[in-house]
Amino acid sequence: MGPIFKLEYIYEFRVMSMQLNKLFALSVFSLAIMGCESTSSISDGTASTNGAVIEESQTQPIGDNGSVDVVTEERTESVADPLLEQKVIYFGYDRAEILPEFKEILNAHAKFLVANPQSSIVFEGHCDERGTVEYNLALGERRANSVKSYLIVQGVSPSQLDSVSFGEERPAMIGSEESIWSQNRRAEINYRTAVANY
Amino acid sequence: MMIRFIWLCLLLVSVSAKAELTIEITQGIASSIPISIVPMKWDGATELPENIGSIVRSDLERSGHFSVLSPDDMLSHPSELEDVYFRDWRLLKQEYVVIAQIKLNGQGQYQIRYQLFDVFNEREVLTQTLTAKASQLRDIAHRISDEIYEQLTGIRGVFSTKIAYVTTNPMRTHFNLAIADSDGAREKVVMSSKYSIFSPAWSPDGKRLAYVLLEDSGSKVYVQDLATGDKQLVSANKGINSAPAFSPDGNKLALVLSKDGNPEIYVVDLTTRHWIRVTNHYAIDTEPNWMPDGQHIIFTSGRAGKPQIYRVSLESGYIERLTFEGSYNARARLAQDGRFLVMVHQSAKGEPFRIASMDLTRGLLQILTSDTFLDESPSVSPNGVMVMYAAKYNKRSILAAVSVDGDVKFLVPSKSGDVREPAWGPYLN
Repeated sequence: MGPIFKLEYIYEFRVMSMQLNKLFALSVFSLAIMGCESTSSISDGTASTNGAVIEESQTQPIGDNGSVDVVTEERTESVADPLLEQKVIYFGYDRAEILPEFKEILNAHAKFLVANPQSSIVFEGHCDERGTVEYNLALGERRANSVKSYLIVQGVSPSQLDSVSFGEERPAMIGSEESIWSQNRRAEINYRTAVANY
Repeated sequence: MMIRFIWLCLLLVSVSAKAELTIEITQGIASSIPISIVPMKWDGATELPENIGSIVRSDLERSGHFSVLSPDDMLSHPSELEDVYFRDWRLLKQEYVVIAQIKLNGQGQYQIRYQLFDVFNEREVLTQTLTAKASQLRDIAHRISDEIYEQLTGIRGVFSTKIAYVTTNPMRTHFNLAIADSDGAREKVVMSSKYSIFSPAWSPDGKRLAYVLLEDSGSKVYVQDLATGDKQLVSANKGINSAPAFSPDGNKLALVLSKDGNPEIYVVDLTTRHWIRVTNHYAIDTEPNWMPDGQHIIFTSGRAGKPQIYRVSLESGYIERLTFEGSYNARARLAQDGRFLVMVHQSAKGEPFRIASMDLTRGLLQILTSDTFLDESPSVSPNGVMVMYAAKYNKRSILAAVSVDGDVKFLVPSKSGDVREPAWGPYLN
């Protein structure tokens, strides 16, 4: 019975570390966004953790409503594109073509990468467990590469893009049914470096 | 937090427990040979470290070619010819009887003398005396099984060979590359990693294993010396480095690289490190395996839209398609001097993945497996009779075996964790 308990702990640990990774990635990403925001907007907001600055930015709107509107507009347009938060796209069985429903997500990432040439991505290609280990390793690479090619067509520099295949070896979910397989046939978009353009 | 982390690390180490393979026979051949292995006579004061008779019984039973009588059902347990009453054995419908005695010689070694009798002709077929240290008793048992098997079937036995395989915990966070006897006993872990290990391949002399390690930066191919444990990096190019296969002379490795943008078959001379590119096609080319002549390589290619098996001549580069039946044929291995292909086969989209064999001279395809799920990674025994493969069974990854003719089947479940990627080793003597 002992090992079963241990496995659960490891699972918990792995999930925990995955969440930490995600958190880390998110914070790096938001740092990056804050960075690019500071170049386009004028002065405020970037040091919002400081109480004094918050007070300043809060006082400003009272004096001039118009300028506040401009700032918020910029925020929604260049920063809070929710599509950028989507970093996984899915594929059909034994296919590597990009499905139309995921093009919007990839377009958003392409736009971001074009605007932030210092930023770069590693695409991870994954497969479901069906088929042979080696053929799936090759198929995973095809998936990663097809996303890469799509972004190059969208104008992203190839030097910003890299790919790696994990085949069927790193499933997102464990199990043997279509609802799980469909989650495992995927390409993950991983931002490799933080942008420091301020 | 730090203490918790260390504790978790310790747990991770402790989970690298051995898989302990066991074997469950599910199907034997209808015309199996009835044989009795009488419990071996031993007068020593202490019990023998291994029960040789019992190992031989389970070896022969597992081959599917024999139906082995339980010692409880025997009328007597003779160890000398004069105590063998052939009429009794005929009554029990036995065709062959093996008797043996074990003694300790002057050098503190065990001496095992066994005799194989033909019951109907009341004739001795085989007598052998073998000497071994205590640590070699299991080897001696497998050796006896090999001799009896070959004597009665005309086919060389593979009970003394080894298998390599990969074990992993269900969450796939820890991997062991292990080798064991062909019956799953005496497992030894030769490599452990937090990264996935796959495609183990034996050198023809059984002294080295090539395998793929899937690190965070991608797949890499290593060759490990089993005696020393030294592992040598063979290929870490950009992209895929995978699917290693030793040439019949052991000097070269066929493998797959995608450094030029697409998976292609390459051959590298392990001494000179001279590389040759074998295939050149925009489709996936992978899973190379050498023909016994060392001049041809079979491989999987998606060039026809779906994976199928092809053969390429290393000399001329001429490529010929070998499989046409089914929507998915991959990871082919050769059996019986290249007469048969054994591969992963899917008859049509949505149909189950099975292990199939194909007679290359007649082009006939036969599906061999039926009871397991997602059958993959077939590996053929060196005598060309059995195929070990990986499959899902009761939601676990297990090893299973089936004969190339489909008549014999057995499962090799592990007591803990998942087992994948079997590779049947060569003859060792």
